[in-house]
Amino acid sequence: MHNFIYPNEIDLQWSILIVLYPFLTGLVAGAFILASLERVFRVEAVKPTYRLALLTALSFLLVAPLPLQLHLGHPERSLEMYLTPHRSSAMAMFGFVYLWYLMVVLVLEIWLDYRRDIVLLSRSSTGFLRVIYKIMTLGSDNISERALHIDERVGWVITIIGIPSAFLLHGYVGFIFGSIKANPWWSSPLMPVVFIFSAMVSGIAAVMLLYMALTKLRGFAVSVECVDAIATYLFYIFIVDFSLEMLDLIHRIYEADESFRSLDFMVHTSLWIPHVIVQILLGTLTPILLLGVTQVVKLAVPVRKRIYAIAGCLTLVGIFAMRWNVVIGGQLFSKSLLGYTTYKLQLGSREGLGTAIVLTLMPLGILYVLAKLLPPWQQHETT
Amino acid sequence: MNMNRRFFITLTGAAAVAWESVLAGAPEASPNYKVADHWWAMLIDVDKCIGCGNCVRACAAENNVPEGFFRTWVERYQVDDQHMEEPIVDSPNGGRDGFPARPGTLPASVKEFFVPKLCNHCADSPCTQVCPVGATFTTPDGVVLVDEKYCLGCRYCIQACPYGCRFIHPEKNVAQKCTLCYHRITKGLTTACCEACPTSSRMLADLKNPNDPIHEFMKKHSVQVLKPQMATGAKAFYANLDGAVR
Amino acid sequence: MNRFKDAEHLVRVAGVFLLGITLFLCFRAWFVPKSFGQYGHYRADSITEIAALPVIHAGHETCETCHADVLEIKKAGKHAGVNCEACHGPQGKHAEDPSSIKPALPDTAVLCARCHEANTAKPKWFPAVVSAEHSQGLPCNTCHTPHSPHIGDKK
Repeated sequence: MHNFIYPNEIDLQWSILIVLYPFLTGLVAGAFILASLERVFRVEAVKPTYRLALLTALSFLLVAPLPLQLHLGHPERSLEMYLTPHRSSAMAMFGFVYLWYLMVVLVLEIWLDYRRDIVLLSRSSTGFLRVIYKIMTLGSDNISERALHIDERVGWVITIIGIPSAFLLHGYVGFIFGSIKANPWWSSPLMPVVFIFSAMVSGIAAVMLLYMALTKLRGFAVSVECVDAIATYLFYIFIVDFSLEMLDLIHRIYEADESFRSLDFMVHTSLWIPHVIVQILLGTLTPILLLGVTQVVKLAVPVRKRIYAIAGCLTLVGIFAMRWNVVIGGQLFSKSLLGYTTYKLQLGSREGLGTAIVLTLMPLGILYVLAKLLPPWQQHETT
Repeated sequence: MNMNRRFFITLTGAAAVAWESVLAGAPEASPNYKVADHWWAMLIDVDKCIGCGNCVRACAAENNVPEGFFRTWVERYQVDDQHMEEPIVDSPNGGRDGFPARPGTLPASVKEFFVPKLCNHCADSPCTQVCPVGATFTTPDGVVLVDEKYCLGCRYCIQACPYGCRFIHPEKNVAQKCTLCYHRITKGLTTACCEACPTSSRMLADLKNPNDPIHEFMKKHSVQVLKPQMATGAKAFYANLDGAVR
Repeated sequence: MNRFKDAEHLVRVAGVFLLGITLFLCFRAWFVPKSFGQYGHYRADSITEIAALPVIHAGHETCETCHADVLEIKKAGKHAGVNCEACHGPQGKHAEDPSSIKPALPDTAVLCARCHEANTAKPKWFPAVVSAEHSQGLPCNTCHTPHSPHIGDKK
């Protein structure tokens, strides 16, 4: 195959860190939507994961802007996004969507939900912790029946606002890619929708895995009704997600526009393993099949749990591969549609694999601290 | 003796005045230039390009373009009648060192030609649209520029350019691209690439100037822009452009 | 009154948010560059900065004010349309200080081939030769004068 790329296309512009960014915000949006299931739709079974999902969302959201920041050529100028946001730029809205979601939705909802605990903890704890809890009460220790009732009502409203906000947070990430007409691999109105559904899939899978792992680690029993319910949601949303992705793929193949030949070659060569093998076969079809089996066949509880764990892990791998294939895949072919370049993943550089791994693990560290500070566990758990 | 005469003229004559005004710098220092009176574009006659690479070298010298990146470059196309959609294209070092001759003669069904490329200075430029902070923009006289003191280096503009005209400066870490030699055209000079083009394959054009030869040129030639389906309002107009060019 | 008392903590949150927004607006007013937004959503001063970049190629009009003699020779010949710096390279420094900065004389063996070496991609109308066959390695100016290259024309 003859290979021509425009001379400035030799370097890939967006690295693994930009792969990480939609992956992390996807987990945030998905985790929040799982949490809001309990709150808005009153699904009692998933209650044990409500607070954990919120804290998970917060932990990942706190880390989400870091890969962007590290990737910038001039990180010190990033505040310009807030000072002079360009209205016609999807990316400029990032700062505001992010702040809105972080402060108005997540922090406020967590604060309202935990306020009673915070006030009680500020009374019972000592030393430095006491100061922290005191600050978190904002100087108000009113936990009267009526005050808590108001919190409950306001929290509900915030969750209602939070669901479209979660869609916005991740849908707009999809829009960043989907709105680039210069890039046929990205340019698609389905992109934001696919991003939202894949976000839900990954967030739900992540919270399910975290719940199972942390409950086990703490020596308690995993609530079977809870994971069953989560797995059912995961299964159905995954089917929607997969259908949308296949719709996009079939549409591309059938339309076979000017970019098709170039993209088709890419999918059959450099993207074959990450796209077809890892994303579609291993990361999508396998977990859907596994989850489908648990829906149809009546399996013993330990078997179900194991299947959920495996399916959850594969889901995360699949969604990460999906982000990879969008971000990296969209840069592997030349805009001349006549050639290809390669992505050389570095290990130790600023935008290398090492940084990506640290950034992926960082939310778990934050979650550990948050869970110590604001325990998300229910009182009446069984061992 | 001869040299002394020239030196004398430089100091006293028209040249000194001309060069002084050239070096004067900012547009407000050259009061004749009003942004509202201009709308810049570039004309490229593909039939005149000989692939010498003069434009690429001149551009690099004029604009201090880092090695391995290009604000302008030249591509060589080889198109077979039966495979219009699969042209064979190359651009060794952006055409900066010219093009090595292919041995032998061409088969009857094959044609070859050169295509110079540069920023299209699109009127509806996708690159300025996506800049999150307003670090790249279209000037009132129709030139797309990058503010190097404001650019974040997020690279979204590079992704959005359909023509591959932008790059990240390896040391400055900001986006860079053709400025249409804005520091020259605002002083009445032409761009470095046009100045150095031996065959006038490139011609700087001012669409707002009724006396500009572009109007006559557009009447006499059928003119096309690159990737018209992108609807970017591209202002690099190509005469005699082959449909195989991407 | 009682109603307010139980919602007091919410007012405190609102206060924190208001404080944040106020601080942001102050910060914004302080840090946005002064010329930002003068013409559009960008720093108008950057246009001036870019327009003030140094000029490297002097431009043939500048050259011709001193080198009128060369212009006369060139005007009559085949290279009439070729600007000085197309062959001599950028001469802005020379124009600035003509007495001490002298341009190097181009080597015609290299220079001429850039344009006139035969290549199948060159347009048919353009005069090109295979230099190895045409001149056997002799510099082009053995026979041609670069400013008026056609042999037989007035030099």
